[in-house]
Amino acid sequence: MRAALALLRRDIMLAWREGGAIGVALGFYLVVVAIMPLGLGPDLNLLSRIAPGVLWVALLLAALLAADRIFHNDYEDGALDVLMTGPLPLPLVAATKSLAHWLTTGVPLALLAPVLGLLLNLPIAASPWLVLAMLAGTPAVSFIAAIGAGLTLGLRRSGLLLALLVLPLYVPVLIFGVSTVSAAITGPASPWPPFLMLCALSLASIVLAPFASALALRNALR
Amino acid sequence: MSYQIGLAAHDLSCRRGGRKLFEGLSFALKPGEALLVTGPNGAGKTSLLRLIAELLPLDGGSFRVTGAASDTPLPELCHYVGHANGIKTSLSVRENLAFYADYLGGDGAGLADALAAFKLDELADFLAGMLSAGQKRKLALSRLFTSPRPIWLLDEPSVSLDAASVKQLDVALGRHLKAGGVAIVASHVTPKTKFARRLALGLELVS
Repeated sequence: MRAALALLRRDIMLAWREGGAIGVALGFYLVVVAIMPLGLGPDLNLLSRIAPGVLWVALLLAALLAADRIFHNDYEDGALDVLMTGPLPLPLVAATKSLAHWLTTGVPLALLAPVLGLLLNLPIAASPWLVLAMLAGTPAVSFIAAIGAGLTLGLRRSGLLLALLVLPLYVPVLIFGVSTVSAAITGPASPWPPFLMLCALSLASIVLAPFASALALRNALR
Repeated sequence: MSYQIGLAAHDLSCRRGGRKLFEGLSFALKPGEALLVTGPNGAGKTSLLRLIAELLPLDGGSFRVTGAASDTPLPELCHYVGHANGIKTSLSVRENLAFYADYLGGDGAGLADALAAFKLDELADFLAGMLSAGQKRKLALSRLFTSPRPIWLLDEPSVSLDAASVKQLDVALGRHLKAGGVAIVASHVTPKTKFARRLALGLELVS
């Protein structure tokens, strides 16, 4: 427990100090959402109809920007070797690092989303559901990204390959995330069923993905 | 801190990328003994150390550890200091060592020892990225003191160290062995420490 907390604290501190990870993801999210109305024209009805989808797709892309850093830096500077001789089993190392990625990427992106929703004419009344759905869905995003980060460890330009590998796995999160927010905007269906599915996806990812990440890491190091 | 650790390897074999590095390799270390691994580049010195720390899978053979709690996995008995220093350039010297003191299962009390071991106290609040290559190496080696572990695996520990630091390393190694630990050192230059055992890995090209 002490080791996991130490690792979590270190990863958050590194993300904060190195700045790049959080800042670039937030900036990317802002820019992608901001240019969308410029491309689609000032049709407010159209914008508010596609807002949930745009916000979710842009969030997935922004979260992936920082994903190859989950293991890459530790692999490059040798810290991963030391982490593997520690008391934490490798799946827990992967889980802790995924959690740090969620706290430093998923949570800030989810909190930024309602502000960006204004650019897309998203009804303010739907904002709480938007944040809630994103907070519930982004753990799955981070924990699944860690699998891709493990698989692409040690490759050059791994970021693009990572996106290719991982984006298809985000389809369920995307579908239930968008339908939660859409239901909250338009009704009449309740947003609860898709929201609960989103929670289930995240919980399953939190439990299962670290084992896959750990296998990928072992494979990358041999 | 004192240990009574023994480490024996039996009939190890290792293949990397389809090439046989060594096979039928055996050695036994009693408490307080150190093994110096020598050999040309590519002979498998680093691979041997990584096998012991279970960073590489064994192709054959086994390890036997005596004198440690039987439920402790081998990697948790080992301090592995490889070629890469494993330090974070955007954390200070103290933060780097404090993390390892917490993470590696020490009680955090090793931090002061670790800072003192290579006289890094004065640099404690500098970012590790500002250190010279030799100072970074000392920071990596200071990790050995953050928590007591009986097996030291050192890969070319003296690279870019100055003469005084090499001497400090020898003293630290001597003290560790006297306390009943064991050490396995891969090196081209022969340190002054008395090595009870030596192992020369040959380079055998099998096409």
